[in-house]
Amino acid sequence: MAKLTLEDLRRLRGEKQKAMEMRDASNKDVQVIVGMGTCGIAAGAKDTFTALVNAISDKGLTNVLIRQTGCMGLCHSEPTVEVVVPGMPTVIYGNVDAATAKDVVEKHIVGHQLIDDKILDRPSIDIVKEA
Amino acid sequence: MAYESYVLVCGGTACCSGGGTTVVEAFKKELEAAGLKDKVQVVVTGCLGFCEQGPIVKILPQGTFYVQVKAEDVKEIVAEHLVKGRVVQRLCYDPEQAKKLVAEANIPFYQKQYRIVLRNCGIIDPEKIEDYIARDGYKAIEKVLFEMTPEQVVEEILKSGLRGRGGAGFPTGMKWKFAQQQPKGQKYMVCNADEGDPGAYMDRSTLEGDPHSILEAMTIAGYAIGASKGFIYIRAEYPLAIERLQIAIKQAHELGLLGDDILGSGFSFDIELRFGAGAFVCGEETALLQSIEGNRGMPKPRPPFPAVKGLWGRPTVINNVETLANIPVIINKGADWFNKIGTATTKGTKVFALTGKVNNSGLIEVPMGTTLREIIFDIGGGIRGGHQFKAAQTGGPSGGIIPPQFLDTPIDYESLAKIGSIMGSGGLIVMDETDCVVDIAKFYLDFTVDESCGKCAPCRIGGRKLLNYLNKITDGRGTEDDIKQLEAISDAMCKASLCGLGQTASNPVKSTLKYFMDEYMEHIKDKKCRAGKCSKLIQYKIDPAKCKGCTMCARKCPAAAISGTVKQPHAIDQTKCIKCGQCEQTCKFGAISHG
Amino acid sequence: MSKKLETMTPELRAFIEEWKAKPGNLIMVLHRVQQTYGYIPREIAIETSKILDVPLAKIYGVITFYNFFRLQKAGKYNVQVCLGTACYLRGGDDIIKEFERQLGVGLNATTDDGMFSVEAVRCLGCCGLAPVAVINGEVHGKLSSKDVTGIIKQYRDRG
Ligand SMILES: Cc1cc2nc3c(=O)[nH]c(=O)nc-3n(C[C@H](O)[C@H](O)[C@H](O)COP(=O)(O)O)c2cc1C
Ligand code: SF4
Ligand code: SF4
Ligand code: SF4
Ligand code: FES
Ligand code: FES
Ligand code: FES
Repeated sequence: MAKLTLEDLRRLRGEKQKAMEMRDASNKDVQVIVGMGTCGIAAGAKDTFTALVNAISDKGLTNVLIRQTGCMGLCHSEPTVEVVVPGMPTVIYGNVDAATAKDVVEKHIVGHQLIDDKILDRPSIDIVKEA
Repeated sequence: MAYESYVLVCGGTACCSGGGTTVVEAFKKELEAAGLKDKVQVVVTGCLGFCEQGPIVKILPQGTFYVQVKAEDVKEIVAEHLVKGRVVQRLCYDPEQAKKLVAEANIPFYQKQYRIVLRNCGIIDPEKIEDYIARDGYKAIEKVLFEMTPEQVVEEILKSGLRGRGGAGFPTGMKWKFAQQQPKGQKYMVCNADEGDPGAYMDRSTLEGDPHSILEAMTIAGYAIGASKGFIYIRAEYPLAIERLQIAIKQAHELGLLGDDILGSGFSFDIELRFGAGAFVCGEETALLQSIEGNRGMPKPRPPFPAVKGLWGRPTVINNVETLANIPVIINKGADWFNKIGTATTKGTKVFALTGKVNNSGLIEVPMGTTLREIIFDIGGGIRGGHQFKAAQTGGPSGGIIPPQFLDTPIDYESLAKIGSIMGSGGLIVMDETDCVVDIAKFYLDFTVDESCGKCAPCRIGGRKLLNYLNKITDGRGTEDDIKQLEAISDAMCKASLCGLGQTASNPVKSTLKYFMDEYMEHIKDKKCRAGKCSKLIQYKIDPAKCKGCTMCARKCPAAAISGTVKQPHAIDQTKCIKCGQCEQTCKFGAISHG
Repeated sequence: MSKKLETMTPELRAFIEEWKAKPGNLIMVLHRVQQTYGYIPREIAIETSKILDVPLAKIYGVITFYNFFRLQKAGKYNVQVCLGTACYLRGGDDIIKEFERQLGVGLNATTDDGMFSVEAVRCLGCCGLAPVAVINGEVHGKLSSKDVTGIIKQYRDRG
């Protein structure tokens, strides 16, 4: 990528923000976000990631984006996975082993049901979005 | 079939024991009765981080948060909220209570956490610069480079009240000002990512989760003090953080957010990584600079301070990772936004690595002024396995142990110092009654003795002596005079050591002596460790009433310390017993115990 | 036991040449040496001293100051048991003793067959999983002494 000028940077930010909001609201994309900090990986996040990929391809889903992120702070319940499905509340699941990963795809994404005993709360409000 | 609403009932330990399970049943029953079974899903969740107010019920998608919900309340929630869409005010959490400590910065939520430093951790993909940019990333650099003079930047940081999060709490703006006022020429900006406190990982998680925030902050600092070069000194034990920083630096270079003429502003700044190599003392700033220069990491006397004479003799600012992560937010939202959060002397938030005997160990960020009780019992979900809270430890090997009577102290630099601990970098370790405070003091001393660089005698010799006395006490050979010796050596080390390591190494000893003298005395006089940790003081005993005389234990005992005849109660010869504990594990009848 | 002498790889030589001109290069170079050989062989230290033109005594001064650098090769499987505070409180010292007992080696020593070495380290950064041990980068969390036999077998079986 070429070096940015001030205007370029502002434009890029605007575009990216819009893209992110679209993902939030446009009823289009399903997102699955896996916590991949040291402790998440230690607790098996890579296996979780693979299990999610497999389950998604088994179900033939093409509208799901899998992303990685850093530590959500919920180290006691690693691996953690956040699931964003249009028309459903966004939730974070903890202790997502390979079996739960399959549930996330089959029950949550396909079946539109939340999974028992695994939901955790995002621990704080988002100061970037707060005006 | 899609549900319209979801009822989340907390199934965490605290809420369950408070009646959460009956709430779940009640919801299922009432929803069935109201004919909403297929419209509303009832879901049991993990701990929602607000245990003191449990059982907790959260209704999605609205996000309504009900506290102290009892089975009797469920009918009303279903009839009002789920059928008519009207919130049941009576059961909502009163946010006024949450506000009291956070002064004017209205924390509009029930949540105890407030994330400034960790704003992007767990949200963005740390390997994508675009994700960071979309969340106001590199916006502060725009403002700084095009709208502010270096003096104005320093002024803003001064006004924010930000203090160093690496331990000492020195005002960041002042540090920058000293360096700025030095004559022009080569200056350096260094980020301290050595994170040596064993049992703490705040900085690692920040670097892994949001590496660009540190690059942006260092560039801002570089602009403010007039430095064109930065170093991040990071532990070699953090391979993932190193990898993500390398990716981030490369991306920032490609976009011209690092390097020559950033965004066409005329300002140039570059960052290089330098690896630590497992020496705790290298977290100390003068030792760290030695290490970057490729030498043994021995501290130097200050003054001269690094801001005047640092790396290769040039003015150098050293800031901790967490300190830096605050900088872009302060620039974007303004010093006045930031300095409303926290207490009178300490602004902003603090990240803690909450570990030890709590249910929810993890990485948390709370406004300064939050109490230990809120951290341990709400966010941390209380003590594991139904045990009792005994003490908390902050500040790692340089910190102190905090007994239960101070659970309600609002945390800031001054209040922690007053009760004999320090804020430290953010390790927060919770202990229960099965932990022995003398043993903990020994654990930390063992660490500092191992890590002392040996340059000055008070630390090198004093630390070793303290450790010997502690060993004597936990071995059951202690005398009351040893306590006096511990106190005298501790004082001498504080006063005469050259660097912070030696000056603070005795804090774990001093604070345990202060608050848990009775336990030291038990070790010394009664030769007893009430926690059962100090193995030399443990006695294994056979209860003759429970012993069936099966002889299993006698056959297992490696020291042949157990005698007895078949079908008769056995007995342990304490002089032979080596406290291996095998007999206790062997006995099927629970006849053997220790204490 | 006669030891095979290591020779400097071309990649390592190129790295050292690249860093030669930078001030404060020694520690970064030593990291690269250890990354290449798993420890810092004497013959490589001597060669490094020549290329960088720093006295060998200074190089050894630095190596011995920092815990991270090792002068002996570790076992094929290097068992690193965490003794950070969180792991210590949850029984990390019992885990380390059990490894030592079952492998019949002390701390920082390697078994006769060269398969295992045992090391105590500080905070691996996953205290939520305490007590923790890392073996060649694989993390084993929430350990109890009872798990040790199985873990050793698992690596023995890999050969
Ligand atoms: C023995 C010792 C160890 C230290 N370890 C660290 C550390 O691991 N990380 C850190 O940021 N500061 C550490 N410090 C504090 C640094 O010396 C320095 O004060 C700090 O990095 C300054 O940054 P700040 O003003 O942003 O806090 C340590 C100090 C001492 C005496
Ligand atoms: S106080 Fe300890 S670590 Fe610091 S310079 Fe003296 S001997 Fe070294
Ligand atoms: S194993 Fe238990 S029951 Fe059997 S001899 Fe020993 S103490 Fe008695
Ligand atoms: S603790 Fe060990 S040495 Fe002591 S009596 Fe029991 S088995 Fe024997
Ligand atoms: S590192 Fe995993 S959530 Fe903290
Ligand atoms: S157990 Fe329910 S909020 Fe913690
Ligand atoms: S103390 Fe062992 S992983 Fe942190």
